[in-house]
Amino acid sequence: MDHDSYTDAYIRDILVRHRVIAMVGASPKEQRPSYFVMKYLLTKGFQVIPVNPGHAGKTILDQRVFGTLGDIDRPVEIVDIFRKSDAVLPITQEAIRIGASVVWMQLGVRHDAAASLAEEAGLKVVMNRCPKIEYGRLSGEIGWAGVNSRVLSSKRPILGPKGGQQRALRADD
Amino acid sequence: MSEERTPGFNTLAIHAGAQPDPSTGARVTPIYQTTSFVFDDVDHAAALFNLETFGNIYTRITNPTQAVLEERMAALEGGTAALAVASGHAAQVIVLHTLMEPGDEFIAGRQLYGGSINQFGQAFAKFDWTVKWADTTDAESFRAQVTPKTRAIFVESIANPGGIITDIEAIAAVAKEAGVPLIVDNTLATPYLIKPKDHGADIIVHSLTKFLGGHGNSIGGVIVDCGTFDWIGSGRYPSLTAPSPSYHGITLAETFGNFAFAIACRVLGLRDLGPAISPFNAFLILTGIETLPLRMQRHCDNTLQVAEWLSGHDKVAWVNYAGIPTNAFHRLAKRYCPNGAGAVFTFGLKGGYDAGIALVSNVQLFSHLANIGDTRSLIIHPASTTHRQLSDEHRERAGAGADVVRLSIGLENVDDIIADLDQALATV
Repeated sequence: MDHDSYTDAYIRDILVRHRVIAMVGASPKEQRPSYFVMKYLLTKGFQVIPVNPGHAGKTILDQRVFGTLGDIDRPVEIVDIFRKSDAVLPITQEAIRIGASVVWMQLGVRHDAAASLAEEAGLKVVMNRCPKIEYGRLSGEIGWAGVNSRVLSSKRPILGPKGGQQRALRADD
Repeated sequence: MSEERTPGFNTLAIHAGAQPDPSTGARVTPIYQTTSFVFDDVDHAAALFNLETFGNIYTRITNPTQAVLEERMAALEGGTAALAVASGHAAQVIVLHTLMEPGDEFIAGRQLYGGSINQFGQAFAKFDWTVKWADTTDAESFRAQVTPKTRAIFVESIANPGGIITDIEAIAAVAKEAGVPLIVDNTLATPYLIKPKDHGADIIVHSLTKFLGGHGNSIGGVIVDCGTFDWIGSGRYPSLTAPSPSYHGITLAETFGNFAFAIACRVLGLRDLGPAISPFNAFLILTGIETLPLRMQRHCDNTLQVAEWLSGHDKVAWVNYAGIPTNAFHRLAKRYCPNGAGAVFTFGLKGGYDAGIALVSNVQLFSHLANIGDTRSLIIHPASTTHRQLSDEHRERAGAGADVVRLSIGLENVDDIIADLDQALATV
């Protein structure tokens, strides 16, 4: 699997099929990128479970924080890693152990050996990408900010459940 | 995994950024002529003001018609994002406002458009930003001006009106060595002829007023973020890397990654300085861009014929068009813009200043006005108009001496363009 570039279909499929995201390294500080991403994904209808041992038992954006992936009381589909690349391997091993379907490493985070391990265990892997940016890009919403989505489409964009300016992903593109 | 097709330039010029309108199905991008946008709810409003989600608040900052123009320009230049503004001059102010602090310096080629020379040397001095001039034809002259205060290097891809084809790669190497972004004004070339990002530019600006809009009907400008400069690694650009007091202490470079520069230009520069593009102008420019590849090629083809014809005229002292094989910049033109050397060039009249005045007074098809990049052929005598405010020294250096006439060749039949010059030259 080429991790230097992903097709839009590969990313869209992951974001359309899965609803439960464990965010490892979620921060309660509202100026941190992880907080922005978590808040955005919650508005898009994802369940986002923050994982941060320093804040276990507290809440971030009204969601209960767990100390480790293994502590989470529900099945997790996507493990989104907001940690430095050298912290990725044990998190990936735990993601495999808890039966996650996808290991997703944030912008700037890449660990090829961990990726191979996850793929051998049947998980999908995304590295060096942000789910907020990818959701905004593939839904067309990021275009509000003049960002090059690299998506050409002659179909109408799909509006989000609240309509207005918010857009959603379609599964059939 | 199957390979995804990369769309070609013509396709991007028509489609990039523009999906059918989600509520009406309108296929052409509507003109969203509104100042403001209702929020979905209180949380949505808060998220927008905090930059936590993408969307529209107020047309001074974002507008859906403007957004399509921005995404299209980002796509055509191969950048990560863009910001459209009221004019090419506004684009330059916002770019430098994002990069500079009072006391900082930037280096610019001295053979720039006269309006840029005024803006950089006069208006920017009031912000305590100092421009250091270098010679666009000599990359070493840029290196000689680098100091610890240097924050950017600025050049035009094709200099207006001097007819210089800039060796962008040589100057990009100086910028890289100095650890500062290279800003390229790509107005005269458009991305159809030259893609500055492929040659090392980090930031591209345009006057959209010229060939991109292409019809002489709307003023506009754009900033394209190439996504190539490492702001965090540099640490010399506090607008991008210091916690932002007006956004709860977020750091833009960290939050927006490789399109952070375009975001900073929007949410700091455009928000606070205010030169927003009108949605109607954005619409007209978008319509123009759809035919850019066709128009630009015809502009270049007509221009080469006109330049060659003038070269053989006995009242013409010289013709400076890089498309002509004997021109000093022809080799650079073949390397940087093999499809054509643009549609703006200068020539000299043996009769000097008075002959220039007579020529612009006697043309019938050419319009005597201070613009370039129109469907119509345009003529101007820079020494008596656009470059009038400059010193003699700056005029000569900018390629706008007393005998110089500048043409912007339009899309009329080339025989008619030549016939008009022929009859007007007969009166000189």
